[in-house]
Amino acid sequence: MHPLRKRRLILIIIMIIGVATATGFALTAFNQNLMFFFSPSDVQAGKAPENRLFRMGGIVVDGSVKRSDTNTDVWFDITDNEKAMTVKYSGILPDLFREGQGIITKGKLNAKGEFIAEEVLAKHDENYMPPEVAATMKKKPTEYIKE
Amino acid sequence: MIMRFIYQLGSPPYFYALSGRLLPWLTGICLILFATGLYGGLVLAPADYQQGDSFRIIYIHVPAAWMSMFVYMVMAFSGAMALIWRIKIAEIILINSAHIGAVFTFLALVTGSIWGKPMWGTWWVWDARLTSELLLLFLYLGVLALYSAIDDKRKAARAVAILALVGVVNIPIIHYSVEWWSTLHQGPTITKFDAPSIDTRMLIPLLLMAVAHKFLYAIVVLLRARNDLLWRERRSQWVANLFKGGS
Repeated sequence: MHPLRKRRLILIIIMIIGVATATGFALTAFNQNLMFFFSPSDVQAGKAPENRLFRMGGIVVDGSVKRSDTNTDVWFDITDNEKAMTVKYSGILPDLFREGQGIITKGKLNAKGEFIAEEVLAKHDENYMPPEVAATMKKKPTEYIKE
Repeated sequence: MIMRFIYQLGSPPYFYALSGRLLPWLTGICLILFATGLYGGLVLAPADYQQGDSFRIIYIHVPAAWMSMFVYMVMAFSGAMALIWRIKIAEIILINSAHIGAVFTFLALVTGSIWGKPMWGTWWVWDARLTSELLLLFLYLGVLALYSAIDDKRKAARAVAILALVGVVNIPIIHYSVEWWSTLHQGPTITKFDAPSIDTRMLIPLLLMAVAHKFLYAIVVLLRARNDLLWRERRSQWVANLFKGGS
């Protein structure tokens, strides 16, 4: 390679490495701010801000959804498979909201330690399959033997 | 042998003639891919277990998002070629990719937003994936703005190449944003080390659509590059020879 071109190539490589390193440091420094939500474990460990809105994400615990008879209030627990937190929300839930589904809520903790949500977003997973496949996957191995 | 081909490709008349011969083939293949991909995706593929038929927007959203990153990498690579070897064709590919990349990025953002409203319950959130993709759109727009701000187009191409190369750092951030940080956007379905977590009947049309989009980009960038090349070389002998017979 021509020496001039070689020098240009080296300069470009140095530039890219430099920019990547600087960005890497910046992103590591702001790591916490780049997190879109806290897990219930983080919240119970006191990592979430007090008296300020924050987001909490997790899986809706099976059988934990309780609805009010008179209005749109709903209570449910969300978990990250380690700790669980109770969430209270009043309003219309997204279509994908169901037990076992990942969701993200935005709100504040009240004095009782309940999470009062202002907004509930459904987080869908990266799996795509037809309903019949999903139905088969939900069955436990013992159910196959029975069939 | 390969080096000779690259040097030949760098020669404007050769590039013009070769791209002219390639274009009909590319167009034919692209049309077939789009037809089969769309039929497979919209008709043959089964509905999703959770999202029903709404998931079918994946056949535009995911290829567009992949293209937004792919075109950027082509742009940065051409930028490096333009800076090191000062190849005119590389400069032309660099700047003519920017428009197309910006359109794909815009398309990915808009279709993602349309998909997000019914599924997540929101049009937009400032999570790491969505924000870094928006940053990519601004990078493309920055490249276009910088290019048109400098009158000498050869100098402009070099300035733009540096900007494009600096922006490359955003590409892995977009890709890994869903793994490094907690985001509303879900993790990767296909571009991961595990087997793709999507049913084969849904996957095949998606891959067809992804390749179709690559061909579409190739066609549009070649058409744009040929135009740009003719304009820049309008005073040269080979362009004069080209149009002697016709007009």
